[in-house]
Amino acid sequence: MTLGFNILVATALAYVAFLFFVAFVAERRAADGQSRWLRSPYIYTLSLSVYCTAWTFYGAVGYAARSGLEYVTIYLGPTIVIIGWWWVLRKLVRIGRAQRVTSIADLISSRFGKSNTLGVLVTLLAVIGTTPYIALQLQSVTLSFAAFASVGDGTAEVDLNSTALWVAAGLALFTIVFGTRNLDANERHHGVVMAIAVEAVVKLFALVAVGIFVVWGVAGGISETVAAIDQSKIAAWQVPTSKWIGLTFLSAAAFLCLPRMFQVLVVENADEAHVSTASWAFPLYLLLISLFVVPIAAIGLSIMPAGSNPDLFVLTIPLSQGQNSLAVLSFLGGFSSATSMVIVAAIALSTMVSNHIVMPIWLSSQGSSAVVSGDVRYVLIIARRVSIGAVLLLGYLYYRLSGGGSALAAIGLISFTGVVQVLPALMGGVFWRGATRVGAISGLVVGFAVWAYTLFLPSFGASAGFGPDLMANGLLGWSWLRPQALMSISGLDPVIHALLWSMILNTVAFIVGSISSFPTPTERLQGAQFVNVFDHSTRAGGFTGGAPEAEDLLVMSQRILGGRDAQNFFHAAARKQGKDGYLPEITPDFLFSLERQLGGSVGAATAHAMIGQIVGGNAVSVHDLMAVADETAQMMEYSSRLEAQSVELTRTASQLRDANEKLTALSVQKDAFLSQISHELRTPMTSIRAFSEILRETDLSTDEKEKYTGIIHAEAQRLTRLLDDLLDLGVLENGKVNLNVQSANLENVLDHALSAAGADRDVLIIKRNRTKEDFPFVTDIDRLSQVIINIVSNTVKYCDADRPELRIAVHHMGQSVSIDFIDNGTGIPKTQQDVIFEKFSRLSDHKSAGSAGLGLAICREIMLKLGGTIRYLPGQGGAAFRLVLPIEHALVAQ
Amino acid sequence: MDDDPKLPPVFLERASYRRRRLRDAARLWPVFGVILILFPLLWGQSGENARTTSGALAYIFGVWGVLICGALILARVLARPEKEERDQ
Amino acid sequence: MGKSVLLIEDEPNIIEAIGFILSRDGWTVASHTDGATAVDAVRKTVPDVVILDVMLPNRSGYDILKDLRNDERLTNLPIMMLTARGQTKDREMAQEAGASCFMTKPFSNKDVLSTLRELAGG
Repeated sequence: MTLGFNILVATALAYVAFLFFVAFVAERRAADGQSRWLRSPYIYTLSLSVYCTAWTFYGAVGYAARSGLEYVTIYLGPTIVIIGWWWVLRKLVRIGRAQRVTSIADLISSRFGKSNTLGVLVTLLAVIGTTPYIALQLQSVTLSFAAFASVGDGTAEVDLNSTALWVAAGLALFTIVFGTRNLDANERHHGVVMAIAVEAVVKLFALVAVGIFVVWGVAGGISETVAAIDQSKIAAWQVPTSKWIGLTFLSAAAFLCLPRMFQVLVVENADEAHVSTASWAFPLYLLLISLFVVPIAAIGLSIMPAGSNPDLFVLTIPLSQGQNSLAVLSFLGGFSSATSMVIVAAIALSTMVSNHIVMPIWLSSQGSSAVVSGDVRYVLIIARRVSIGAVLLLGYLYYRLSGGGSALAAIGLISFTGVVQVLPALMGGVFWRGATRVGAISGLVVGFAVWAYTLFLPSFGASAGFGPDLMANGLLGWSWLRPQALMSISGLDPVIHALLWSMILNTVAFIVGSISSFPTPTERLQGAQFVNVFDHSTRAGGFTGGAPEAEDLLVMSQRILGGRDAQNFFHAAARKQGKDGYLPEITPDFLFSLERQLGGSVGAATAHAMIGQIVGGNAVSVHDLMAVADETAQMMEYSSRLEAQSVELTRTASQLRDANEKLTALSVQKDAFLSQISHELRTPMTSIRAFSEILRETDLSTDEKEKYTGIIHAEAQRLTRLLDDLLDLGVLENGKVNLNVQSANLENVLDHALSAAGADRDVLIIKRNRTKEDFPFVTDIDRLSQVIINIVSNTVKYCDADRPELRIAVHHMGQSVSIDFIDNGTGIPKTQQDVIFEKFSRLSDHKSAGSAGLGLAICREIMLKLGGTIRYLPGQGGAAFRLVLPIEHALVAQ
Repeated sequence: MDDDPKLPPVFLERASYRRRRLRDAARLWPVFGVILILFPLLWGQSGENARTTSGALAYIFGVWGVLICGALILARVLARPEKEERDQ
Repeated sequence: MGKSVLLIEDEPNIIEAIGFILSRDGWTVASHTDGATAVDAVRKTVPDVVILDVMLPNRSGYDILKDLRNDERLTNLPIMMLTARGQTKDREMAQEAGASCFMTKPFSNKDVLSTLRELAGG
């Protein structure tokens, strides 16, 4: 019995469709706020399994067949790191959360004074180190396809290159759909993580299934298997000390430094407590996945024909035994291993590329105006998508150019060695306050150069200029510069040789650079923040000087975080300061937290630069430097107490200032109130009296009579309206109001109110999203309509755009709904925003007749009675009002 | 006594003391693991200390299992909220 | 030929009413609605009498009055203030600013006519 190639393709496609479905459901659940089960510690643990790529799934058996027990070092290293989470991982995760780190490049850049040079360096290193690895995954998928085709009927000839291309394209699609769906402030991707977790289960299950089959199905039991192992050529292998230690160290370091591992370990981490569960659960996963590697290798060597590729034993043993369904399961396991690695790596790399390369270039080319006016969010998403495509294309090209020849494990170790060049900067940055930017740059550059010279470029052979002559005689004929025997120390394994030299020289350059340079204030501040993250993980950065308009910052933040999130953030910040509305005081504290919030989307360096452009100076204040200088716990304690007091004082002062301003404004208004009422009543009465006297005393033509009685009538109506409004407001303010609560559909309410407000098409263009409005809710419909009519007729009256537009946006927020009314006029100046809801607060340049400025005051009272709010929403371009209303009206008023 | 974590008190309550020693254990556990993992290097290839491949395999996975169990116990104990521990 | 009056007022119906009353009595009536440009309008036309409302868009009647009185040519120009806020404070402010007389809305048509005649004749 043979297995058709097409059936295999169909299975793979069905599996991919299933993954899409899983990711989609997870995203939906997360969007509905049911993300708790998505974020269990076990999902976190399973997502860490992106460490186990196709290199593990297929390559580990091949590795064991060639070098025996050596393969376990690749899994023992990470085991030690995660069991020792109390040392490093706990700190990294805390820093990642406190500083809202988006990638390993962001962490390094942020630690060393938000230096974008470092961000770019680490990004380049990551791209160069990861591309071969992606190529490796593509190769493994194509090889597994080919393995099936070769045992099949041979009719379907597999085109390896086009298979690789399709796989790369499919992975790019998946990653773009679920990796750049939104610019989540925390850079978390629920859909991706869930799919990765599912794939983790599939690959473990597949490998264990093959292992069980091999041990009990082929060998015939444990003792037979043990005998087979001891008889196979694996038994002849010996443990070279340098390799055993070197590879364990290498895999441990790579576990922390690989961009994809950093992504799942730190960036996607939802809860620090998950690390403690992973500390035992992930080693268990690694143990299970390595458990059957040696038995499969040993049995494979004994039963498979000589010369068959041990890298594919996992697949070819079941096939040779006629176990087609097991082989398909195994194929899916390998497929899962390859795809999960590629997806996470592509996300991690695209975040780095867009945050550290594309955004800085774009920002500097646009100048400061872009921060406020340009659509940063859009640019960022496009940059991410293009980066994902580019990363996968690079991987594919590497696969094509390298010819897919070398043994799988070789590329893996070369890649690992490149990526771990970040280790000295990472560990130094986290544990040593004296580490500086200059040191980090020198270390990285030196380490990278040594790695390229001793390992990476030689892997290309003569095509990269590393022909036999150079390898044998060294650069320029200096034998101490032989790429694989620096300082004429020969006999070491090339990987261990490269690792040893690059790590030593990297670390030395890092330390010498750090000691001999002097850090900038920002670096020192960040250094203290990172190293002492458990003592005070509260603030970072530093802005003083210019007082930016809160509104400018809000406008900018909306571009990056999206309108909703930015508004919520500003509103919460204002409330924390004891203020109402959407514009908080621009305190250093507020700027710190805003920068961190933005950093979660665009990286620390970019966020710092963007805020810097608006705020002006980006010097570090004396107060900030105090935090650096405060070496002792007592000083920290003292300053934090002072800080708490000063925060309290600032808050009280801000509240008092607001209250005072309001009182002054109110008392002026109270004074003006009587004369206002007098004025509003006397004006129509003047016309009425004058014309009635004219009518009484004079002989008038019929036309004139009609005209003047008409004026009297209109003015009498105006008077009535005014009295109605006054009484209405009086009733509302005294709370003696009966609400007529009923159920209605918001869409209908809006329809009705819009036509009642005279918002015809030729007067005002209305933009609505009717699907969002279509839901029932319970409130006093007539009162709500009154509010909407008031807002809309104000727009009709006051919107000064050439073609007035009104956008109505409805959003659900749990138990309440918000309705935004945003027009395209010039809006209301900030000085007036606070008073428009007060009585008689007509704007100074009104062109109105017949409006006494009571409308918005009445609206505010009504919304209060309905258990909701009406607020002015600044920074929307035009005048904007937001109504917030509970969906089920609780009878507050009564 | 230690309401304020920033000023370390001189004497700790029994529960806090126990907790600190557990943290020490969590820090030392991977060091212990490294030593166990390096052990096979002492066996040598031939002579009286030599092991069969299956024997070495059993040793490594055995060590692995022990490390996992230790980590499990430490994680469970350390994850327990501090309050609860004080009440005991 | 009748005397000329400039009516600075923003309520269209009041302009209509005063305009009717005065033109029937033989006055030449011009009107101006914007507070910001009112001073220029007076300088340009230099009428025999000015009727000035206190609550105008963009500028208060008191400020306009002060500007007019600071202009040498207009120091003696008869100006009648109209206000809808009839408090004593308003009357005092009007006098301080240099109003020739002060009238509260709503007014009787007769009073307006006689006061204006008096102002123009004097």
